[in-house]
Amino acid sequence: MIHDHILSLMIFTPMVGFVLILAAPSKRPTLIKTIALCATIPPLVWAARIYFQFDRGTSNFQWVEKVPWIDAFNIQYHLGIDGISIPMVLLTALISFICVIASWNIDKYVRGYFSLFLLLDTSMMGVFCALDFFLFFVFWELMLLPMYFLIGVWGGPNKEYAAIKFFLFTLVGSVLMLVVMLIFYFGSMDPQTGGHTFDLTLLANQGTHQSFLQDNVLRWSCYLALLIGFAVKIPVVPLHTWLPDAHVEAPTAISVILAGILLKMGTYGLLRISYPLLPDMTLAFAPFVAVLGLISIVYGALCAMAQKDLKKLIAYSSISHMGFVVLGMSVFTNTMAINGAVLQMFNHGTVTAMLFLLVGVVYDRAHHRDIDRLGGLAQNMPIYAAFSGLAFFAALGLPGLSSFISEALVLIGSFPKYKVITIAATTGIVLTAGYFLWTMQRVFLGSLDERNTGLPEINPREIFTLTPLALLVVFLGFYPMPVLKLIGATLEHTVALVLKNGAGF
Amino acid sequence: MNPETMNNIIFLIPLIPLIGAAVNGLSGRRVSNRVVHVIGCGSVLLSFLISVLGFFTLLSIAVPSRRVLIQSVYTWLSAQWTGGGFMVEAAFRLDPLSVVLCLVVTGVGFLIHLYSVGYMAGDRSQARYFAYLNLFTFSMLVLVLADNPLLMFVGWEGVGLCSYLLIGFWFTDVEKARAGMKAFIVNRVGDLGFFVGLMFLVWALFEPGNPEPIGLSFDSLAAGMPRLLDAEPIWGIGIATWIALLFFIGATGKSAQIPLYVWLPDAMAGPTPVSAFIHAATMVTAGVYMVVRLNFLYLASPVAMTVVAVVGALTALYAAVIAVAQNDIKRVLAYSTISQLGYMFLAAGVGAFATGIFHLTTHAFFKALLFLGAGSVIHAVHHNDMNRMGGLKSYLPVTYLTFLVAYLAICGLAPLAGFVSKDEILFSVFTAHLPVPGLAFMLGVLGLAGAGLTAFYMTRLLLLTFFGSFRGEPDQKQHLHESPRVMTGPLIVLAGLTVLGGVLGLPAVTHLPHFLSNFLNPVLERSGAGVHQSGAVALEVGVMIISTGVALVGILIGWYLYSKKPTAVETLANRFTFAHRLLANKFYVDEAYQALIVKPVMKLAALSGLFDLKGIDGIVHFTSRTTTKLSFLIGWEDNKVVDGAVNSLAETFKKLGDAAQRLQTGRVQHYLYAMVLGIFVLFIFRLLI
Amino acid sequence: MPFNLSSFLIVAAVLFTCGVFTVLTRRNVIGILMGIELIMNSAGLNFVAFNRYMPEAQTAAGPTGQVFTLFIIVLAAAEVAVALAIVLALYSKLRSIDVEKFHELSG
Repeated sequence: MIHDHILSLMIFTPMVGFVLILAAPSKRPTLIKTIALCATIPPLVWAARIYFQFDRGTSNFQWVEKVPWIDAFNIQYHLGIDGISIPMVLLTALISFICVIASWNIDKYVRGYFSLFLLLDTSMMGVFCALDFFLFFVFWELMLLPMYFLIGVWGGPNKEYAAIKFFLFTLVGSVLMLVVMLIFYFGSMDPQTGGHTFDLTLLANQGTHQSFLQDNVLRWSCYLALLIGFAVKIPVVPLHTWLPDAHVEAPTAISVILAGILLKMGTYGLLRISYPLLPDMTLAFAPFVAVLGLISIVYGALCAMAQKDLKKLIAYSSISHMGFVVLGMSVFTNTMAINGAVLQMFNHGTVTAMLFLLVGVVYDRAHHRDIDRLGGLAQNMPIYAAFSGLAFFAALGLPGLSSFISEALVLIGSFPKYKVITIAATTGIVLTAGYFLWTMQRVFLGSLDERNTGLPEINPREIFTLTPLALLVVFLGFYPMPVLKLIGATLEHTVALVLKNGAGF
Repeated sequence: MNPETMNNIIFLIPLIPLIGAAVNGLSGRRVSNRVVHVIGCGSVLLSFLISVLGFFTLLSIAVPSRRVLIQSVYTWLSAQWTGGGFMVEAAFRLDPLSVVLCLVVTGVGFLIHLYSVGYMAGDRSQARYFAYLNLFTFSMLVLVLADNPLLMFVGWEGVGLCSYLLIGFWFTDVEKARAGMKAFIVNRVGDLGFFVGLMFLVWALFEPGNPEPIGLSFDSLAAGMPRLLDAEPIWGIGIATWIALLFFIGATGKSAQIPLYVWLPDAMAGPTPVSAFIHAATMVTAGVYMVVRLNFLYLASPVAMTVVAVVGALTALYAAVIAVAQNDIKRVLAYSTISQLGYMFLAAGVGAFATGIFHLTTHAFFKALLFLGAGSVIHAVHHNDMNRMGGLKSYLPVTYLTFLVAYLAICGLAPLAGFVSKDEILFSVFTAHLPVPGLAFMLGVLGLAGAGLTAFYMTRLLLLTFFGSFRGEPDQKQHLHESPRVMTGPLIVLAGLTVLGGVLGLPAVTHLPHFLSNFLNPVLERSGAGVHQSGAVALEVGVMIISTGVALVGILIGWYLYSKKPTAVETLANRFTFAHRLLANKFYVDEAYQALIVKPVMKLAALSGLFDLKGIDGIVHFTSRTTTKLSFLIGWEDNKVVDGAVNSLAETFKKLGDAAQRLQTGRVQHYLYAMVLGIFVLFIFRLLI
Repeated sequence: MPFNLSSFLIVAAVLFTCGVFTVLTRRNVIGILMGIELIMNSAGLNFVAFNRYMPEAQTAAGPTGQVFTLFIIVLAAAEVAVALAIVLALYSKLRSIDVEKFHELSG
């Protein structure tokens, strides 16, 4: 029974917590935090169960739930996961749990914070499980609301600006997605009922809409609209400028969620929606997408080098690292690159979560993130420095740590298709090493600044949040197969499908 | 030992130091230093013992060509697609080449670990030090034992990481931390070459339609060479040449060759045992090892081979020239290392791979010895400046004697190890057949000149340090002392190895077997290289005599300038001010790199940051401002025009109402008047119509 | 001059006109009330006269006109009682019976 509805349970357990928190007295913050924590533990347990029971050999959707929702428009409550979504589902469960613990020191409007947080949790999980375009869109939009308030209320000094910027950018993308969704709805025909459909599994079958959506201009407009919608989220240069601001202003745990999970929704959306629905345009746009990836990699790295604010630097590094995902997703002659891209989505989620948690640690103590005013912290915070070192080296793609595998797969896989682009992208690796080491140098090495002598060492709660991520980073560096096995079959199928359907036009 | 059993325990060689590193690293300062030392040294010793076991196991296999043990521990990464696949194993390969390197790394490594116990005594964070050192040993062993370039790359960058950590070990000093950063970044530039080479390699090996996954094991790479040679050239350069040259860029980074050598002198900021271990004996030789490991690739590209040889020869001479004018004892040794590495590449470049490995081994012995000796000196005087040393031979007798052995070896005097290997290199160069006529001879001459300079600057170093009178602070004299036994012990062992190391590769003239060459033969056999040429014995003797002569001239000049007539140096320096300044400042290469590469990149970064803030965000803000303005405009229009019409209508009715209101006076009689008037009007109306 | 319907109607018209004139011109509330009485009486006179001189009305409805006039007289009495009570109330509030002062209902 439970097994049949495990995805619904994962999505809506935080919702139960949401209701309970609203019912809880606001004067008892610990109770509220405990409820929030308890609401994120079951999804983690179920995620573990999903991980062990997932059938690695097939590209079919698993744990499918399909119930009519709004009959008038043939909208279904359709859930299911495959190799593309499972790493994201696992990541979401893990990061949400960690973030509740990382938010333990929130003391402003505790009830509001945690209720919105759980709402966010629900919507993220929903996005990764939804197989109905409409349902997907609903979850996608649902995520905007809590995010807006979480940044706008609990953020830093310039929070209103950042929240509105985030909201508007994302909304532009959503509107474009909405338009495309409606075009596909009205251009499709469900072979069984004869009506229109939002079902992504049906829409992936070109036969359901091919005859209606033949116009080439319409097709590439649709693809471009989706691409822009998702590119805002990834974010791809030049649609990225909301990200540094949102990160700088957002509270630590929200930055972690933002970089760790929300950014992946962009690339996930491309894989889940753009690729199956418009395979011909996917192939046609691939070189363009590869160039976008390259620009993000190099430009993001250069911008990161110029930053003085630690959090902003990491935000730019995220742009750079997501560029590898974009680059990897533009190759269809082999699956190395796309495997690397999806693996990078997971790895970046863990590494960047660590980085933002670490920035939060120093911000909680020094109350600023100005790199120039930190220095020599390795002397009074050695454990913190060790964790930071691990995270920095993971981020700069040191072999033996997880990011290397994914970046290497992306680069090796992209090279046969885009030689010059790939070689140019490798310069990003040197730049990344440059700014991370330079930051390491400025923050941790050298003599200890007088102003920073009083900063206390990282506390057990913070260590507890970092440790699972650190273990994953090291473990997946030496042995990435657990994730690669999860995603392999589905990606092989995805690429084959794009090639088969895309060539048919 | 049974080869089967050995095959299953290869992974222990790198694993044990990793465990040591993990235990020491995670224990922090909780355990006593003694435990840290035991774990740190013990793990390397265990590794060494297993390596020795592996060595004898390989020897016990009768057929040389079967002396290869490959242990595939697990599938590291894989990706499948229709009509192809990519699968890399985490596999270790124990063959004659890697076992030699393993023995050097763990053997010399163990001695240096032991030496560190004395050298680092009193340091607060010894657990961290030994954890780094063990981690380095692990990485180096992975590099050496890896059965594919990708796994090799893990070790390759891993040693870079440890080098970074150890150079900046005393990180509170910004300069030291910066030296570490420089080392890592310069290395990364080289690593980029390695990685791009790897990308080329995978691409070139991929056959469309072949469902067999691409593996990267060295055997499969060697088997894929014909495909590589047949591939279409890119921009007129063959694929094999591309790949070989790209890998060589990696080698120039790691092994500090022109143009990426600049990090090594700065790397001397680290603790001296680290310099001995990483920056002399092991890590810096990784490039040479890699070229030899990929010998089949280099042999497929004569162009790449020539480049390797030329770069090696130039570096050998160039670094030796710079070493002449340095005053920091460790820096002289660092440039000397660069120079010696150049010789190894020179050997590899002319196809004498075994000779390169031979020199690598002997160099590991004598250079580690030199560094450890220098460390012992620094331990006594607490600084690196040779101008403030002198006359130390009576204070540090053991250090002096062992240093002397290493000095003779590096100068190339018979019968020490350095002499044998260096002569073999020069001999190989003179007899090599390079694509450009006369090039071999020129390279040989460069090598000889480098040898002469080496003898000169080493003589200078020896005289300034150990001879003459002490030039430091007078009250320091009382504190000058020989190092503890835990430090001198390794020195003595290394001195022994330096004396006897030549046995590994006896010259042809002795008519005794060249052990190393024969042993390595199976690895290099495929290429046909490395077979020791025993033909031109007369030529070999000739080279020996010439090189010895050159070395003696160098020594004599050094002795004349720095011992016999010390004033002459100053006269020379004054006479050739420009040349002297150029040498003392290392040809201003660091400054040039700073101005030509680092500064522009930083500027570009700053520009990008500014562009992001002003340009892209500017557009965003402009859009938002325009939208806001537009909305204000529309708002105004809405207020004035649309709302205006509605309001004015309401206003009219209000006015009308106001007017009508006046009619209602509340006075009954007014109403009656109105009524009567109305009736009257109706009457008239009735009458008229 | 013989009495016929017209003579009665003329008297009633004169009475009505006097009543209206009184109502319009008097400022004294009592005066206005008296004018109203005149108007009512003129109406009563008309009813009686029509009842007497219209034979078809006599046969069909009987003495309807007379009865109507009786009602009018009763009503007038009642009306005067109510009106005088209002006047008293107004007087006690405003200390005046001048109709010009009574304009509380003005808009």
